[in-house]
Amino acid sequence: MFGFHYKLERNAIGLVVAVIIAASIGGFVEIAPLFTIGGTVEKAPDMRLYTPLEVAGRNIYMREGCYACHSQMIRTLQDEVERYGPYSLAVESQYDHPHLWGSKRTGPDIARLGGKYSDAWHVAHLTNPRDVVPESKMPRYAWLARTLLKIDDLGLHLNALQTTGVPYTGEMIAHASADAFGQATPDDASAAGVSQRYGEATQVRLFDGDARTVTEMDALVAYLQILGRLSDVAYAAADPSKVE
Amino acid sequence: MASQLTRNERLLGMAIALVLTASGVAMAAAGRGDLLGTHGWMIAVLAGAAVIALMRGLDAPEPDPGRLNEYYDAPTKVGIGLTMVWGVIGMFVGAWVAWLLVFPDMTFDAPWASFGRLRPVHTSGVVFGFGGNALIATSFHVLQRTTRARLPDQLSPWFVLLGYNLFCIIAASGYLMGLTQSREYAEPEWYADIWLVIVWVTYFSIYIRTLKRRKEPHIYVANWYYMAFILVVAILHIVNNLAVPISLGSAKSYSLFSGVQDAMTQWWYGHNAVAFFLTSGFLGMMYYYLPKKAGRPIFSYRLSIISFWGITFMYMWAGSHHLHYTALPQWVQTLGMTFSIMLLVPSWSSAANALLTLNGAWHRVRDDATLRFMMMAAVFYGLSTFEGSFMAIRPVNSLSHYTDWTVGHVHAGALGWVALITFGSIYAAVPWLWKKPAMYSAKLVEVHFWLALAGTLIYVFAMWNSGLTQGLMWRTYNESGTLSYSFIDSLVAMHPYYVARAIGGTLFLLGTLVGSYNIWMTVRSTVPHPVDATADLPAPAAPTVLAGE
Repeated sequence: MFGFHYKLERNAIGLVVAVIIAASIGGFVEIAPLFTIGGTVEKAPDMRLYTPLEVAGRNIYMREGCYACHSQMIRTLQDEVERYGPYSLAVESQYDHPHLWGSKRTGPDIARLGGKYSDAWHVAHLTNPRDVVPESKMPRYAWLARTLLKIDDLGLHLNALQTTGVPYTGEMIAHASADAFGQATPDDASAAGVSQRYGEATQVRLFDGDARTVTEMDALVAYLQILGRLSDVAYAAADPSKVE
Repeated sequence: MASQLTRNERLLGMAIALVLTASGVAMAAAGRGDLLGTHGWMIAVLAGAAVIALMRGLDAPEPDPGRLNEYYDAPTKVGIGLTMVWGVIGMFVGAWVAWLLVFPDMTFDAPWASFGRLRPVHTSGVVFGFGGNALIATSFHVLQRTTRARLPDQLSPWFVLLGYNLFCIIAASGYLMGLTQSREYAEPEWYADIWLVIVWVTYFSIYIRTLKRRKEPHIYVANWYYMAFILVVAILHIVNNLAVPISLGSAKSYSLFSGVQDAMTQWWYGHNAVAFFLTSGFLGMMYYYLPKKAGRPIFSYRLSIISFWGITFMYMWAGSHHLHYTALPQWVQTLGMTFSIMLLVPSWSSAANALLTLNGAWHRVRDDATLRFMMMAAVFYGLSTFEGSFMAIRPVNSLSHYTDWTVGHVHAGALGWVALITFGSIYAAVPWLWKKPAMYSAKLVEVHFWLALAGTLIYVFAMWNSGLTQGLMWRTYNESGTLSYSFIDSLVAMHPYYVARAIGGTLFLLGTLVGSYNIWMTVRSTVPHPVDATADLPAPAAPTVLAGE
């Protein structure tokens, strides 16, 4: 073995090829099967897509680096299931480009945050977290309510997501900007189309409490309120024997 | 810089900088009203400055042909300067965000000042800015000495060094403006990623062309590690950053993979960025500077073979230990855990090889803080690889994951191993490169050593305590069978440790400032080198080979 190596280390190209081969095997064995093995991702027929407003909110969540302190992945551990809700299933993030499972809980997990608090609570909390949770260490995001949401290019966003495999229809892409406006402006004529395209359960309301404008606060709160609610499969499929 | 290039290299350099300027202008035009346009202007201005600098030096006399009988160290010298600049920036932002967790209202109601945007400036600043520049600078130095051949040309090392720093600037400024892929340690958007690939291919070509011209029959161990660093980082970077931009006029993109496959790809990348950026590359550094400074040969050649191939093969399987108990299929979790534990063998082989090399030179470790930096780095390398294998065990991970213990573990590696080996290597290399008898002040090297060590220990102990406390509070049940603590109870319990951590980080930053001052004063000192510097020269070569490059 060492004799062979004595020869290998005299050959630059040989060394390069050997490094590439040695380093490639692990990734192939672990990642490639995830795309082909059927059981990796469960089936969830009731799974709905993120609306354009929720996509925009999700992008704000990413832009502000929220994932650095909040996970969206409840592990199969007893205390986590009791604290946060049913453990997360792979299918629940099947449309998450990219995933936002997170790696650190400086703040709590928010995989099942949707519906847990009112819109008004979220707006107050994002404006100054210490107004509602005095011990909180979260930054203030008051400026979100002052910043108009950019909605004119949401069709491009949905189109790119469609390219990656999310089943948005041409109609959804064509109406993306209007749907984003409508979802946060329930009295506007464009609001009806949102429920029609994304399902009756879609939350159409004044997320930031202000009917005049659609702000980044609207989008982020709309996203936070859908977390864990794209599908009920995690409640139906919860298997107590998997929880340790 | 232009005067060191041949006329042809100046012209080629100008052409490259012109293309880059034009690309910047095109980005600015296509990305009007988008942050892509802002980055386009930045690229156009920086590349335009390079065009002007080269144009002004275009008619300077050709460089002295005698240069070909010497090593080409100017890029290494600038690279060391950039290492310290990024070190100060990255560590300052790190200390700042640590204090943000103590005083969360220090954000001036400004988007760029919140924890979430500053954190990647810290991580990229230290990993890519500080660590990456240190690797590029030292690799050029080590590559030439261990092959006894000069770099193949004068232009490509500058392209790699400056191009890489352009990537770092795009990355850090992007985070502040809100541009991120939200992939940990791979946050820069698609156009920055493409640029890095171009830089990286050039980096590889410098390596392979220099190796081809080497005057030593064997390729030295340090170069295996630098080579693995360059090759595997390229593989990781390309696969992990596969994405679909929403348009060519927008900075925004969506990752090609989603959910569980995306999570696995991300942590395959994330863990192996630790392996091949923060381990392989810096082991390359260690394998040259530590024996050189200690004046001892490497303890065991065979041990270095075992550890090199062990690390190269096994690390790639370990990424899934970041996803224990998640929606990732359990067979992948188990494989990741198994390989993580096996990794202890090559990891400790490297650490032992380093420490045993010091046998016979321990009196110098005692007297010379430079060597002590490297010794302490090897100790922290051994400790943090043990800790890493331990934390990869599923039940241990159930406690440690999502807590500050992970943060402590990362910093034991990043401060204790990566930064200490870098400072040790730089303190060794600076007098050699600038032909000075020694560093400006040996006392200040001592001061830096103790500040860095104290800072690291305070940081790591604070995070061990907070991580364990957090993990245990989350899973504690009371007598009635319900959870004892709310989440906010655990956050309140963290406060004293967050204060301690911020103090530790600040001490480490102070040490880096002391080191920067010491390096600056050494470079500026006029003390002549007392010994004959001609020993540090490439092997005499047939002139045809040099002209052929």
